[in-house]
Parts: sequence; C-alpha cells; structure tokens
Amino acid sequence: MFGEPIPRREDPRLLTGQGRFLDDLGRDALAAAFVRSPHAHARILDIDVSAAVDVDGLVAIYTWEDLPGRVGDPLPLLIPHPALTHGRTGRPLARETVRYAGEPVAMVVAADRYLAEDAAGLVRVEYEPLPAVVGIDAAARAEHLVHDDVPGNVAAVLVQETGDAAAAIAAAPHTLEFDLAIERSAATPLEGRGVYARWDAADGSLRVYSSTQSSTAVRGAVAARLGLPAGKVEVVAPDVGGGFGVKIVHPWPEEVLVPWAARLLDRPVKWAEDRREHFVAAAHERGQQHHVRVGFDGEGRVLGLDVRIRHDHGAYTPYGIIIPIVTSTQLLGPYKIGAYRAEVTSLYTNTVIVTPYRGAGRPQGVFCMERTMDRIARHLGRDRADVRAANFIRPHEFPYDQGLTFQDGRPLIYDSGDYPALLRELRKLIGWDTFAELRARDGRRLGIGLGCYVEGTGVGPYEGGHVEIDTAGRVHVATGLTSQGQGHQTVFAQIAAAELGVPIEDVHVTTGDTRRFGYAVGTFASRAAVMSGNAIALACRKVRAKALRVAGEALEADPADLEITGGTVHVRGDRAAGVPLRTVAVLSNPLRYAFDEQSAAATQFAGGGSLDEPPVARGDEPGLEARDYYSPVRSTFAAGAHAAIVEVDPDTAEVRILRYAVLHDCGRLINPRIVEGQIHGGVAQGIAGALYERMAYDETGQLQNASFMDFLMPYATEIPRIETAHLETPSPLNPLGVKGAGEAGVIPVSAVIASAIEDAEGFVVDAMPLSPDELFRLRRRD
Amino acid sequence: MKPPPFGYHAPRSLGEALAALAAARDGKVLAGGQSLIPLLNMRLAAPAEIIDINRVAGLDTLEAGPAGVRVGALVRHARAERSAEAARVQPLLRLALRHVAHPAVRSRGTVVGSLAHADPAAELPAVLALLGGTVEAASVRGRRTIGAADFFAGPLESALAPDELAVAATFPALPPRTGAAFAEIARRHGDYALAGVAALVTVDEAGRPAAARAGYLGVAATPLVLDLDVSGGRAAAAADAAGRLDPETDIHASAEYRRHLAGVLTERVLHAAAGAARERGT
Repeated sequence: MFGEPIPRREDPRLLTGQGRFLDDLGRDALAAAFVRSPHAHARILDIDVSAAVDVDGLVAIYTWEDLPGRVGDPLPLLIPHPALTHGRTGRPLARETVRYAGEPVAMVVAADRYLAEDAAGLVRVEYEPLPAVVGIDAAARAEHLVHDDVPGNVAAVLVQETGDAAAAIAAAPHTLEFDLAIERSAATPLEGRGVYARWDAADGSLRVYSSTQSSTAVRGAVAARLGLPAGKVEVVAPDVGGGFGVKIVHPWPEEVLVPWAARLLDRPVKWAEDRREHFVAAAHERGQQHHVRVGFDGEGRVLGLDVRIRHDHGAYTPYGIIIPIVTSTQLLGPYKIGAYRAEVTSLYTNTVIVTPYRGAGRPQGVFCMERTMDRIARHLGRDRADVRAANFIRPHEFPYDQGLTFQDGRPLIYDSGDYPALLRELRKLIGWDTFAELRARDGRRLGIGLGCYVEGTGVGPYEGGHVEIDTAGRVHVATGLTSQGQGHQTVFAQIAAAELGVPIEDVHVTTGDTRRFGYAVGTFASRAAVMSGNAIALACRKVRAKALRVAGEALEADPADLEITGGTVHVRGDRAAGVPLRTVAVLSNPLRYAFDEQSAAATQFAGGGSLDEPPVARGDEPGLEARDYYSPVRSTFAAGAHAAIVEVDPDTAEVRILRYAVLHDCGRLINPRIVEGQIHGGVAQGIAGALYERMAYDETGQLQNASFMDFLMPYATEIPRIETAHLETPSPLNPLGVKGAGEAGVIPVSAVIASAIEDAEGFVVDAMPLSPDELFRLRRRD
Repeated sequence: MKPPPFGYHAPRSLGEALAALAAARDGKVLAGGQSLIPLLNMRLAAPAEIIDINRVAGLDTLEAGPAGVRVGALVRHARAERSAEAARVQPLLRLALRHVAHPAVRSRGTVVGSLAHADPAAELPAVLALLGGTVEAASVRGRRTIGAADFFAGPLESALAPDELAVAATFPALPPRTGAAFAEIARRHGDYALAGVAALVTVDEAGRPAAARAGYLGVAATPLVLDLDVSGGRAAAAADAAGRLDPETDIHASAEYRRHLAGVLTERVLHAAAGAARERGT
C-alpha cells in the first residue's frame, strides 16, 4: 500500500462537482465587499458613505474608526527575526495612510455580493496622493519613503556567511561578476481567499470557515483579536482550491473583519474574494535582484561566492523575512562552496505585500546559483553538467553542514542525498551527451539547459495525528494541517492502511478542522507528508500496539505473535482464527449499556476480563484510539535536477519547450503518482514564471494586468509533457524516511529555461521571465 | 466582480427586440456574452438596459451561396467554424475562427457579436475588412447595409447606431484563382493576437502571384487592409507592409516587435495563400 501509485481518492468527488469550497457554504449569509484604495500611496482625508447608505439591502459599512480595541490594531508580524529591524504590518482597514493600490479602506456588508459591490462603489473616499515607490531601484534610491519611520525603505538586512568569501574570491584563479534578476509574480490559486463566519450568541461561540492553509493559526489569531477563548472558536478549512503559499498568511484583514462583523451583527457573514481582488489585495512574490561575485578554479570549483540581494517586500512584512532566509540559504543547492556570503536587503515598495509563493525564494536563489554555474562553464569552455558535478557534495559526506541557519532557526545540515546520481540519470533521460548531434541534424534553432537544486522540506516545529478505530471497523484519521488539493485523503490513508493492516477503503481522513484536531502548524514548506505523515504513522503504531494487546487477551495469544491483515488481528501465519478490529474496538471500551448487538459484548455481564482488575487498567484509556506528534530536530532536504530542450523561432522569437525532464529525490515515495502530479504542477508553475507571468506595475503603482486576460497563466497548451524519474534516498530523520515534494517542480525552472535559451541563442540571459518581445530585443542588442 | 444593476429584456421576435432597443436609454445587446459579461462583471460597462436576443426567432441562419457566407446574429463561432459549406465558399472564415479564443468560448460567442464588438485585436473584424464584407443593421427606422470599411469606426466602436441591431454579416466568396491564409502570434494559445494577418493572393494562369491583399489585426485602432505589391517577391512585399504599420506598445509587446511580427507573418501568409490559390486552381 505504501509506495503504490493508487489513484487519488478525492478526485471522483472533486471532479464531479461534489466539492464544498468556501463559496459553496453559507447560502444564507450576508455578503461582504471591500472598498480598496485606488492609489498606491495616499493619505485618507475623508470617507463619505452618505450615498452608499441608500442602497436597498445594505446592512453595515465599517471604516477603521468603527473597529474597537484589538480589531483595528496592526495585524501581527507572524515571524519576528532579529534582522527584521523595521517590520511593519497593515491594519485590517487603513487608518490614515494607504500603502498599496488594493489596501482595504472600508468594509460593506449587504444582503448579497451584488448589493455589497453597489454600495462599495458609492462610498466616496477623498485621498491626498503621495509619491509611490515602485520597483527595487526606486525603493533603494529612497527618494520617497513607503513608511515615514523606515529610513531607506529598508525593512531588514540579513547576512548569511560561512568562511571569508571576499578573501577566497580575491585569491581565486578566476573571477566573474554579474547581475541577475527575477520579476515579481504570484501564486494565483484558482480559488481566491474567502471567509465565512457564524456566531452562536447563546453559546458565545464562533464557527469560521476559511480558505486557509492553517486553520489552527486562524483560530488563534481570530480568538486573540476578538477576545474569545480558543475553545469558543472553531475554524474549518473546507475544500480549498489551491493555496501555493498565499493562504498561509493569517489573519488576513478579512479573516479578522468577517468574524467580527458576524458577531456584532449576530448574522452569518461571508466574503469570497474575487479574481480582481486577489491580484491587488492578496500577496505576490519573486521580485529580486542579485549581484554576484564568484571566484573559482580551472575545474570550475567555486572557491568563494558573494551575493548581494535586493528583495522587493511590498508594503508590509507580516510573514517576516522567510523569503530572504530561504533564498540566501537554499542558493547553495547541492554544492560545496568554499566560502560564502549573502547579504539580503529587504525593501519596502508601494505594492501588494510579498509572502511565500511555492518555492518561496528558492527559484530566485537557484536561478542565481545555476546561472553562476553556467557562467563558469562558459568562461572556462567546459561542459555545464561537468562544472556542476565538480562542485557536488558527495554521497559519503552526509550529514553535510552548510554552516548557515535555515528558516526553522536550525543549522542548515543536509540529511541525505545522492547528487551525482541525480545528474547522471538526468543526462541519460534528456540525452545530454548526444544533444550536439541532435542539434546538428535537426536544423532548427535548439538549445538544452539544466538546473539542480536542494529543497529544505518538512519544517517544524510539529504536527500531530489522531487515529481511532470504531466499532464498525472504520479507521478515522485526523491531522490539524490543511489540504489544498495535494491528495492528503489518499496518502495519509495509505500510511494508515499500511501501518494498521486495514483496507484503504476503511480509512477516513480529516484535515484542517479544529473540531477534530486542535494542535497544528499548517501546510507550507513541503511539510505535510513529512510532518503529518509521520505523526499519523506514530499514532497508528500506538493504536496497533493496543489492538494487539486487547486482541491478545481475547485470543489468549502473545501480542508479539500477532499481526493485522485485512482488518483482522490474527496469529502470524494463521489467518483462519482471528478477531476483527471492529471487535477489538468493542472490547477496548468496557460498557455498562449496550446500544447494539456488537456493543453488548463489552457490557459488564458479558464475561471476559479479570474480576480482580479494574475494567480500564491503570494508565490505560477506553477506546481504540491514539494521538501522537512528530517534531523533527531539523528539516529534511530533498533534491532534484531538471533539464529542457527548447526551440526558439529565429523569426518570431517564440520559445517552444520540446522536452522537459525531471530527476527527483524526495526520499521514500508514499505514492509515486501523487508525487508526479506535484512535479507536473510545479513545473507548469515554473514555466509560467519563466516565460509568461509577471506583475506589470506602472510607475504609479497601478497593476496593469490584474486579470487572467493579461496575467498570462499558461494553459495546458503551453505546457509540454513532463518526463519524470525518481531516486529514493530515504531521510534518516523520520520514521517513514520521507522528504517533502510539494514545491520541487517549480524551483529550478527559470534557471533551466534560461540555460536552454542561452544555449540556443549564444548570448547571456540574465533576467527572467523572458517574453518573445524581450528575446527579440536581446537579439537586436546582441 | 458582479455586474451593476441593469434592466433586462428577453424579446422573442425581431420586432420586439428592435422596439426594446429603440425604447432603451443606454441599451446594450447581449448575444453570446463572451465580451459583454466580463465587461459587466468588472464594472467596465454599465448599460442601463440589456436586450438579450438569444430567444429571437430567425437570427440563427447560416447561408453559404455563390455570393458568400451570410451569418445570422445568433450563429455561434463553433457552428460557422464547422460548416463545410461555409469553408468551401470562403475558407478564410474557418482558418480565422480556429484562432478565436478556445472551444468553450467559440461554442457560445457569436460571429456577428464579435464584429459588433469591433475589437481591433480580434480575428473576424480583420477578415470581414479584408474580404470587403458587409453588416446588415436593423432598427425600428428600417434596415441598412454597412460596408466593412465603414463599419469599424474605432477601437471597440462600430458604426451601429444606439437603436440598431446587427442582424447578419456577409463574408464574400473567395474569387477564382485566389487562395486565403491566416496567421497570428499570441502569447498563449487562444489569446488576442500580438499581431495577426489574413491574406488573399490571386495567381495568374502560370500560378504566379498576381495580386495580394492583407488584413491586419492587433496593429492599429481598427482592422487595417493593405494592397500588397508582390511583383518584387514575398519578402519585399512583407517588408513594405510592415513599414506601413504603426502599432502601439502595451504590456505584452512593443510597437517595434509587433511591426516585426506583422512583417514575418505577412511573408508566411503570402506564401501559404499563394500555395492555396495554386492548389485550388480556377
């Protein structure tokens, strides 16, 4: 069961329209809409709602002045860090100043969303426009400030260092210095954000549904803002139509305001974000510039690397400096770099906030490192794959300490891997060594490129699992982290089925529901399989031990001689005589009252059990259930290598990807089909970032492509078939030996495509994404 | 992204439709809705009245005859695209329709609606302009026929009066010894083109290109038709055409790149259309 490519169990429901997404809920709820700033930077002079109050069906309009106590306070800075010296967060509704076009200024609640938008359109806000800071260069020039009290627009300066990079570069036989850039993009899940809240006045409790990547964190934040005990707040993540990082941010302004309004009005209230709002009011990522200095020897071995990074952080820093940390650490990839220094300057701009998007700083870091490898190869006239091979950490060198601090605050120590094997297999898969002949034969303008990466996955601090076998033999598995389409109903069930020896059809998985599991961190950083997967396995092992013990008493057998097959506990090798788990569940819960024939077997006159012992032994608990947690000492590191063959049109400068190959190692595979799906989706998002998607801000901070007409998310027609192959280097850090796979596909794609285009064209590509127009201009420049 | 309030009319006959349109203050016709509904949802359009013609009888006719293909106001792109008769009379229609958005859009959107929307980046206006086709407009005041050259007045602006309904359009038949071709470059499959060209090439008895005409989309405020001199060869004709275009820069492509693409595509369609003309014979 574990390791089998079984089809996703959630798909029949989702593909036949049976999903329950946020906007499928709360048909009777009032609708919220927001008045958002049309200016990237402005002072609010006056808000006039008089025209809006005439709209039939209007229930309420709120501005910042209406928000009591903590409800109107700045939102939390979720991940403080000593280097984040000037962290700033926005308020749920702007007080005096707006700092990006899209920032919420007023909230409208009406009978339905149509009326709420009508009223929102009639709210008149008088602004005094202020100069907008747009783009990294403008932020660094700091002629204008995003926050009056943040000099230079600098939120943070983070330095990561091992050895003396400057000295190593100075002493190196060869040196290069160049600039690299990646543009801003966004996660754009097909379902936007959304919140639906119901207040139960008699019970003093709140039920919140949120399209979130962390229901427990939303519960904590909402409870704190509204002054409720956590036990009076239930948060449920229903079916979620993708997150890709943007939904890990919490609480969003709307996640505070909608529950607050529901309580105040004592009416259910719902807000379902529309596409335009998502572009201008959720979060973006990726915009980053890199100045690289590298020293290396004649084999291409890097002796010293110094990278100065400027990061566009948008208007606020609610998620701290996770992206700069990830970029500056994961930049090193699978390589042994002699001495290394990275300095990341995080800059405020008058644009939408920047928080992690699938890959979370890695695509930029990997772009930096892999372009550097290609530059070195070009400089030395060596094969690009050979230069990488010369720099690899060797399989016998694990655990390998990179000497830096990772995003979990723990040392950056790689647990396991085999990078030479990844590259070797990739070369075979794509035909690296025979490409020159292919190109000569083909006649078209072709190029081949490659990229390698290491991905820290399974970030702590912990996740938990609860497993209960009921008297019908059903296995109920719950974990607190949420699902956004990854296939958790399938893989967590595979783990439980394998651990317990039950048919997968008997396993039922619940995620992201605080009613079922109250302690959790969330779904991000490719952590669900590692964290919840292992926690569920550990909980299953406890349940299994108890089942064997209880069954052992019934079968008068030593539990050590028992095993579970097909949901029945039996003596090893003798499947004829056994006791089904549903019966074990009955026996594990001594009863006074029988509610059916089965449970009668556990009542006090049914016989069984010693009359000299209490029915529930000291230290034992009734029921066939267990809870356990997995908390790793540090992250586990997956790796991969991608290669692509592209064709560029000599006349139109269009780029066509002819082949895309992925070698991937995420430790033991729970379900290869699901891992491949993750890779396919990731590569598709990577191609999107390499050739199509960008945030087209004009100089005044207006996003000019805030729709799927102009933000060019590729269609299936733009994505080639993706060839994948796996290595399995188990992680020694966790019981299942697994590593994360969620972000892998997206990470090296911009580097790979740039490498291939460069190979086809002959000139250097140092900025992505690259549109046909830009390739056309590069040709003219060249 | 919900539409603002509007009055809604669902007439059953042409007479009712025209009466509703005449009576409407700031009325807008809804046919396939593939452009209008997004504009409403984004509140970029806020007509006071919507006249939904989908239930009007007699507007869904598609007739292909010696004179050309006459397409009624309720004929969906997909039907015009699949019609073998239409393709035989005027192959350019099918060649261009394949580039109109995606099958889902084509199954709902209408040919005449696309013309009335008059987007200079759309395929069908350029085709109608190249072919010198016509649009039939009806109102309570009567009927008139508008030539393509007069119909496209500006970006998203047609010659239709506020009370007029475009009831049909006619795409003239392909003349003898003439071939048609269509090519465009879009950022994604089905997107509005960065530049696109439809071409007609007529060959002489010996099969040599004798006359050529091209219709451009995405490079001017309205569909642009150029007569090309092919006596100096395709490349020269294409370069000459590109030099006469004055496209604009936007977030997807610069003017220079658009002009370059128009030149490249012109050369390609001249080649393809000449080949089609030879293959077709007389």
